[in-house]
Amino acid sequence: MSTKEEQTLFDASEITVSMGPQHPSTHGVLQVKLKLDGERVIDAECVIGYLHRGVEKLGEAQTYGQFVPTLDRMDYIAAVSNCLGYCEAVEKLLSVTAPPRAQYIRVIMTELNRISSHLLWLGTHAIDLGAVTVFLYCFREREEILKIFENYCGARLTTHMFRIGGTQYEIYEGFQDQVRAFVKDFPKKADEYETLLTENRIWIGRTRGVGVISAKDAIDMGLSGPSLRGSGVEWDLRKAKPYAVYSDFQFDIPVGEHGDTYDRYMVRLEEMRQSARIVGQAVEKIPDGPLMAKMSKIIKPPIGDIYHSIEAPKGELGYYIVSDGSTQAYRTRVRPPSFVNLQSLKRMVAGHMVADVVAIIGTLDIVLGEIDR
Amino acid sequence: MADEQKDSQQPEKPAEPQKSAAPPGEAKAAVPKPPPPPPGAKPAAPAAPPKPKGPQQEPWSSPLVDAIKEKFGGEFVKSYSFLGQNQIEVKKDRIAEIMTFLRDNEIVPFNYLVDETAVHWPKTEEFEIVYILYSHAKNEQVRVKTRIKEWEPIESVASVWTTADWLEREVYDMFGVQYINHPNLKRILLPEDWVGYPLRKDYNIRLQDVEWVRKHLGIDSGQKYYVGEARHEDEGYITPSD
Amino acid sequence: MDFAIDYILIPFIKIFIVFNVVAGVVALLTLAERKVAAWIQVRLGPMRVGPYGILQPLADGIKLMLKEDIVPAGADKWIFTLAPVISLVPAFIVFAVIPFGPADAFTIMGHKVGYVITDLNIGVLYVLSISSVSILGIILGGWASNSKYPLLGALRSAAQMVSYEVALGFSIIGVLILAGSLSLVKIVEAQKAAGYWYVFLQPLGFILFFACGIAETNRAPFDLPEAESELVAGFHTEYSGFRFSIYFIAEYASMIVVSCMAVTLFWGGWLRPFPNVHILDFLDAIPLAPLFWFAAKVVVFIYAYLWFRWTWPRYRYDQLMKVGWQWLLPLAMANVIVTAVLVLLLKG
Repeated sequence: MSTKEEQTLFDASEITVSMGPQHPSTHGVLQVKLKLDGERVIDAECVIGYLHRGVEKLGEAQTYGQFVPTLDRMDYIAAVSNCLGYCEAVEKLLSVTAPPRAQYIRVIMTELNRISSHLLWLGTHAIDLGAVTVFLYCFREREEILKIFENYCGARLTTHMFRIGGTQYEIYEGFQDQVRAFVKDFPKKADEYETLLTENRIWIGRTRGVGVISAKDAIDMGLSGPSLRGSGVEWDLRKAKPYAVYSDFQFDIPVGEHGDTYDRYMVRLEEMRQSARIVGQAVEKIPDGPLMAKMSKIIKPPIGDIYHSIEAPKGELGYYIVSDGSTQAYRTRVRPPSFVNLQSLKRMVAGHMVADVVAIIGTLDIVLGEIDR
Repeated sequence: MADEQKDSQQPEKPAEPQKSAAPPGEAKAAVPKPPPPPPGAKPAAPAAPPKPKGPQQEPWSSPLVDAIKEKFGGEFVKSYSFLGQNQIEVKKDRIAEIMTFLRDNEIVPFNYLVDETAVHWPKTEEFEIVYILYSHAKNEQVRVKTRIKEWEPIESVASVWTTADWLEREVYDMFGVQYINHPNLKRILLPEDWVGYPLRKDYNIRLQDVEWVRKHLGIDSGQKYYVGEARHEDEGYITPSD
Repeated sequence: MDFAIDYILIPFIKIFIVFNVVAGVVALLTLAERKVAAWIQVRLGPMRVGPYGILQPLADGIKLMLKEDIVPAGADKWIFTLAPVISLVPAFIVFAVIPFGPADAFTIMGHKVGYVITDLNIGVLYVLSISSVSILGIILGGWASNSKYPLLGALRSAAQMVSYEVALGFSIIGVLILAGSLSLVKIVEAQKAAGYWYVFLQPLGFILFFACGIAETNRAPFDLPEAESELVAGFHTEYSGFRFSIYFIAEYASMIVVSCMAVTLFWGGWLRPFPNVHILDFLDAIPLAPLFWFAAKVVVFIYAYLWFRWTWPRYRYDQLMKVGWQWLLPLAMANVIVTAVLVLLLKG
């Protein structure tokens, strides 16, 4: 027939495949344009923005307090972290410190949220590599965490748990017991996930040496969070610049060695255990006291700007707020960890197979709500 | 519980200025967590007479700042600290060189570009480009700021930190800042044929949304918008409020 | 008249029975897959349609029949329509030679009737060649869809089939040497005569056969042609409604075929456990006993299929090739040589 058809049949050494935005394992509406030579990836280009809602613009149109629930919609897997980061940033700008009781509740919730975020990551990552059952095991434990959230604030996903200056809700009766029970059980459950994956030959084959990134490259690409620690950089904002009351707790920062997908898997698994450890410590010594700091009901920060970042489950989540002294921020900038981490996809997938692309997207632990904002 | 009640009864006003009055802002925010003032912290209140307007910019200097002054003399504008966060302002002409120096210097090597963003100041028709840098070795963070006029290009730092590639694309996408020597300067979050730069203060986002929907979906979005002539007769039309 | 009864009427009735039973088992298998998956994953599985969801396959079938039948605009309509059928038919006609029981179990009005539709003297060859055709359906379906993911899926399955067919063939040869026949009935009878199942003589051969069998039927951990997380749905991405379900049925039927073959070749077919212990002979007197033993063994293998699927991650394409060519094939060849030498030494 036409010459064009002949070319695609016989001459073309590479084909372009559009992975996503409707694809089971791009974790949302991410589109990756893959140039393939057979099954080998020559080049990958991310197309993002399908979920863009203009969160930063919204931050300019709402008061500080009103804006907080909007942020839950960014990284909806870890809504509590988003909330914590923003509240602390504004508190810093106001020179207000939340009372210790609120701080402890914040830490417990944020760490539980980290576990639930990592559980979701582990489940979907395993599904991407064909191990479906892990997903349901993870969701079993995630459900327990979401129940705690639901009991505490009524919401499971977009929680809006904290307020600027502290927390709104007192912990409910039986909270401590429920959390204790979870923390006690969790390490055993984590071992259960490991029995399915850690020593499985196929799993090791699929993750070892896949998506390798050296520590130097990782920093150059701006990676943060578990993705950076998988490359062996022992850097965690909870230790480097302790916020909330993290300096009160003992926990380790797990690091990887080779910077490959398997190491990042091990890092995140260990992080869940460490988070459970933090929660276990925090829940035993929640101090008494007020929940809200003494501050004006109308939040009017001084003129100036502030950058505050926390260790979200995905990496460094930062807020840069410029205040003009009014009740609305002049400019709110979110430093989304997923957005920056995703940038390294191109470098990580080059030369790998199509099947590895899903493994690498999975290992970066991205949430499109946060990337596109 | 009792504390909570006290909390709400407390008149809110004095709490804030009293705090910033003592050591204006700076040390407070830098030290991780000073124990919060006990519930009924009255004694401090009377000791704060003049009520300065919140935290102020504090002069700040360090060996690194001196090194920049020495090396780039005229490019340096000022360095200060606000709420314990250090900031350096420089001119935009040799920004890539300054950034390379900041990355490679021996004093505090800022190997990690945390974020790059912009702030629009329409009154002076200026954009403030903000670079947030972090040094893993020294555990130090600094903000470098530079100002450009509208439509004035600025050099890209993507060659210094690869991270800047997407961050600058986003700034371009949202503010229309033109980067020189950027490897791939095109829109990142918005569609290629989007008109205008939404995070500019003078951007009429609702009008653009209505136009976009009309053009691509052929329907009315139902969005209320400000700009006049197009749809005066609409119910949804609201007069400009400010 | 006798000719008509022996070669037309009786086979026709047998075919009718076998076809319906296999179709029924396939339907049950879809339910079993969901139930086993659910149990492995600490949940209940389908519970709404009928008691414990046993009518679920029926509901699924009706749903799929009623779905809109979509043929993509750029697809090659004829091949697109034909491909699922090409995949399905071989999966079913393979059952013609599978012995569910002895070939001459009873005599009805002077006509010998057995538990096998036809005892072909090259039965093994027939099974291997016919089941290869079913792969053609997958390749054609992927190609005719005129879409990139199905094409990749089709290419993967082509490569996979070629690689694993070879090892599969070699893994059987050990059994053939021992039995000295290509007839499936004769192979089982040889096991009866020997007094033990061939799996005890050919453990490696069995493992290789089953591994290759899983790969041949595109099941996890070798389900690359339809790897849903990479290729959306692989070769059947563009298929919907009943055409999709035909592929599905073909896959399950192939699973049953491989299980039946494994049972027949290695696990003594319809023989009861310990066929050489004569105290247990009374077990054979029970009516339909051969069918029971056969079915019980098949169920074990089917369960293994499901178990693997819901426990293991998926191989990557190049790893699959590596396993096939670097491990399974050399081992299968070594198995053939060792078996041949031993048989020669011990018998000669």
